[in-house]
Amino acid sequence: MRQRLVVIGNGMAGARTVEEILARGGDFEITMFGDEPYGNYNRIMLSNVLAGVEDESGIFLNDLSWYADNGITLHAGTRIERIDRFAKRVYAEDGTETPYDKLIIATGSRAFVPPIPGAHRPGRGYHQGVFAFRTLDDTRAMIRYAKEHERAVVIGGGLLGLEAARGLQNHLPHVTLVHAMGHLMNTQLNFAAGDTLRKTIEEKLGIEVVVDGMTTEILGKHAVTGVKLADGRVIPCDVIVVAAGIRANSEMAAASDLPVERGILVDDQMRVQDEDDIYAVGECAQHRGEVYGLVAPLWDQAKVLADHLTGVNPLAEYHGSQVATKLKVAGVDVAAMGLKEPEHPDDEVLTFAEPKKGIYKNVIIRDGRLVGATLVGDVKKVAFLMQAFDRGLALPEERAELMFDLGGPAGEVKVEDMADDEQVCNCNGVSKGTICSTVQSGCKTVSGVMDKTRAGKGCGTCKSVVQRIVEWAAGGEVEEDPAASYYVPGIPMPKPELMNAIRLHELKSVSSVFAKLGGDEDAKSKMGLASLLKMMWGGEYVDERDARFINDRVHANIQRDGTFSVVPQMKGGVTTPAQLKRIAEVAEKHEVPMVKLTGGQRIDLLGIPKEKLPEVWADLDMPSGYAYGKSFRTVKTCVGSDFCRFGVGDSTALGIALEERYQGIEGPGKMKLAVTGCPRNCAEAYVKDLGVVAIDGGKWEIYVGGAAGAHIRKGDLLTTVSSPEEVIVLTGRFLQYYRENANWLERTYAFVPRVGIDKVRAVVVDDSEGIAADLDAAMEASVGAYRDPWKDRDEPATPGQFRTSLPLIVLPQVPVRA
Amino acid sequence: MRPIASVHDIPLGEGRTFAVDGDMIAIFRLRDGSVRATSAVCPHKGGPLADGQIDLKQVICPLHLNAWDLRTGCSLSGQPDVAVYPVSIDDDKIMLGD
Ligand SMILES: Cc1cc2nc3c(=O)[nH]c(=O)nc-3n(C[C@H](O)[C@H](O)[C@H](O)COP(=O)(O)OP(=O)(O)OC[C@H]3O[C@@H](n4cnc5c(N)ncnc54)[C@H](O)[C@@H]3O)c2cc1C
Ligand code: HEM
Ligand code: SF4
Ligand code: SF4
Ligand code: FES
Repeated sequence: MRQRLVVIGNGMAGARTVEEILARGGDFEITMFGDEPYGNYNRIMLSNVLAGVEDESGIFLNDLSWYADNGITLHAGTRIERIDRFAKRVYAEDGTETPYDKLIIATGSRAFVPPIPGAHRPGRGYHQGVFAFRTLDDTRAMIRYAKEHERAVVIGGGLLGLEAARGLQNHLPHVTLVHAMGHLMNTQLNFAAGDTLRKTIEEKLGIEVVVDGMTTEILGKHAVTGVKLADGRVIPCDVIVVAAGIRANSEMAAASDLPVERGILVDDQMRVQDEDDIYAVGECAQHRGEVYGLVAPLWDQAKVLADHLTGVNPLAEYHGSQVATKLKVAGVDVAAMGLKEPEHPDDEVLTFAEPKKGIYKNVIIRDGRLVGATLVGDVKKVAFLMQAFDRGLALPEERAELMFDLGGPAGEVKVEDMADDEQVCNCNGVSKGTICSTVQSGCKTVSGVMDKTRAGKGCGTCKSVVQRIVEWAAGGEVEEDPAASYYVPGIPMPKPELMNAIRLHELKSVSSVFAKLGGDEDAKSKMGLASLLKMMWGGEYVDERDARFINDRVHANIQRDGTFSVVPQMKGGVTTPAQLKRIAEVAEKHEVPMVKLTGGQRIDLLGIPKEKLPEVWADLDMPSGYAYGKSFRTVKTCVGSDFCRFGVGDSTALGIALEERYQGIEGPGKMKLAVTGCPRNCAEAYVKDLGVVAIDGGKWEIYVGGAAGAHIRKGDLLTTVSSPEEVIVLTGRFLQYYRENANWLERTYAFVPRVGIDKVRAVVVDDSEGIAADLDAAMEASVGAYRDPWKDRDEPATPGQFRTSLPLIVLPQVPVRA
Repeated sequence: MRPIASVHDIPLGEGRTFAVDGDMIAIFRLRDGSVRATSAVCPHKGGPLADGQIDLKQVICPLHLNAWDLRTGCSLSGQPDVAVYPVSIDDDKIMLGD
């Protein structure tokens, strides 16, 4: 009979061990118990989920089908309460019992919440508004709550606390990090490094940092109102995240009479001390006195245990891991390994600091081997240092090469010299061998390999090594990621090259572009090309109507039943009684099924059949609001200084002026703007493609690259100016820069971070490339060429332009709202 | 075989819907001058295929951007296939049927 293998804990270590066992052909009847109601996900990516750079769905490593496919019985959402070592059974909280021949405990750890008064409410667990950061459910709850609150305090200035603080900024405006020790990441960094990091965190990210701040109380009876520190200071807040360390989940083992200190004691085969058939891996295990809190050691542990259990190598031994730490906060690079300070008098130490740039580095060498390294602000050498540290490699004579690239390949890891089992991506545990075999199986693009293996998809620091391995393994046959760099899929060229070719050959119609550059016509590329050509040639563009999407052919947005919606322009969201009356009359006359306010502050008439569009426009006699194109949409405004008692700028006037000027301009994606009369931000300007915020002293802040659709991002501050006129000019210049450089359908929230706000600012505000005048002129030409499309209603542009395409009866009818 | 429209009723590269014996048929005029005919109703969720964008091979439904091969009616994006009809050009007339 097959041996029964039971695994308690369905986290990163448990699932990885089972994967390793299956990879070795291990023949067990496997049952897994997990407290969390999910398959196995990549816990370290929770930071990215919180920061909004990764979707929840993207972090799953083993979804439920994986368990089914491999014949594993998974009890997700079932907690094991007790092990009977003699009867060889485990007991779950739901009363069931399961026998085993071999047992693996992989229960990980949980957040440690110090006994701060106010953190808990009797009988209710955490105080509402107090969160730990360990599981997907924690992360979801935190995001949900943070979105509705204003100020967060993160308790704990370690790795997790920093990542939590950064992530929270994505959801609320004020974040303070309170750390009990004298400097950040004190476990990994010395004072100088931690202090450099603090300055970067404060200045670059705008997170307030309090060090030497021992939290003594959480204030607030029903809702959290603040935290109190030992020195009496009170920091007001309405959300608290406790990231003060972790504790191994070993109580269940202890209660079952297994040996436990800080974790479950295991030997070099990961066997629980003095047990024959019980093993422990991951953060719950204590091996040679060490309990780890990072993933890299558990990959090694999983391999050893799998070798041992499957009999591939019954004598495999785990000897402990050298751990290196990396911070996953975009723009703040920190890596640390081994010692943070010399311990012996003859330890060699090299230190380099450039505080103004936020750079601090040191390396510590003992007997010619690297025993410690810290990199803050510049981690270019991290891959090399980690190898040297991990493998005890000989170090270059020129010690400075450890810290700097001194020209030449010295110090770069040669990928051909790396062993096959050498781990490249420590976050996701991917070895060089795995990358090579993925390439050999036919996947020859860097991004393809990254998608398949997940290498490089954690903290991202290993990407360059992954790239070099793929290049090497493909033997020079590495394939460019084709579509990735193309402007549209059908023409194999990135945007700048495509624009050059279009100019060179004077291609003024979509069909001529295909004929000259693309070979076959491609329906999916037509719309993007039409937009680009219109932008480039303005009035000279040869408009072929078939290149347009239906919305642009009939200047209305197609709905699920094949009817269209009509949204008249309402600049800045400001309307008049006369306009409202007219809209009401038209809606009545044409029995419009639904009249609705849009999110963009105007009025939508929904359910208009195509053939009636010209008539509706004629009756309205208003310009198009462009609620259908990849184009400039609206400018939302708040009432501003004319009426609002907080207003410091005339937001409505500026919004109307912006919409007046840039109405209908097409681009690679939608452009939604807003102007708000003060930083209270009622018009939601921080989350617009371009948002303008009036601030005290007659000044205006311009934010770019914001979004509040499926993707939410606060815009980056482009600049602050002192007149509406400057806002109008810079808006045009930024939009033109976006139109010329963004890929098709790339919204500003992707474009701005891709190019980098510093670069955007340099070009748009400081004219570093000397193209400001050209951008302005190009935009001026587009503005001049504007013509309201709803005026073209008397003569159809093509035969049957407005002919119905459907017998509407076959469709679900949109209900008429009374 | 019978005439159902003039080629001039359909702009190059676009489609139009015609009623034929109670059926709604979308006829497309490709940029190479040839014509194709499919059912006018998208098999996915009833979208108006004649409002879709086309090239020499496929039509893309405007509602959810699924694609079908214009010649065979086979779905190119995992949807049910769409009915296709034999269609040809005789002088300026679009002729439906074999
Ligand atoms: C936000 C965040 C970011 C991180 N970032 C990094 C990083 O960048 N780099 C890095 O190296 N590490 C990082 N870590 C640490 C890393 O996630 C852990 O080292 C790793 O998850 C440990 O794996 P594990 O299997 O031991 O524990 P876990 O992944 O916690 O799995 C244990 C599982 O067992 C379940 N369980 C517990 N008790 C029972 C029971 N009695 N019955 C049934 N099931 C039970 C738990 O619910 C859990 O699902 C991060 C952690 C967090 C929370
Ligand atoms: C005295 C100051 C304020 C005035 C006069 C004001 C006025 C309004 C009005 C009239 C609405 C429309 C309500 C409706 O459609 O039913 C509104 C919506 C809104 N307000 Fe305020 N408000 C004020 C303060 C604030 C503040 C301080 C904030 C944010 C911090 C805010 C955020 C919002 C948001 C997000 C909306 C919804 C916007 C939308 O529908 O697109 N408001 N406000
Ligand atoms: S953003 Fe400021 S000025 Fe505008 S409505 Fe809100 S509070 Fe008033
Ligand atoms: S949120 Fe979804 S359902 Fe609502 S309008 Fe947008 S796409 Fe349609
Ligand atoms: S209705 Fe045609 S793709 Fe959905």
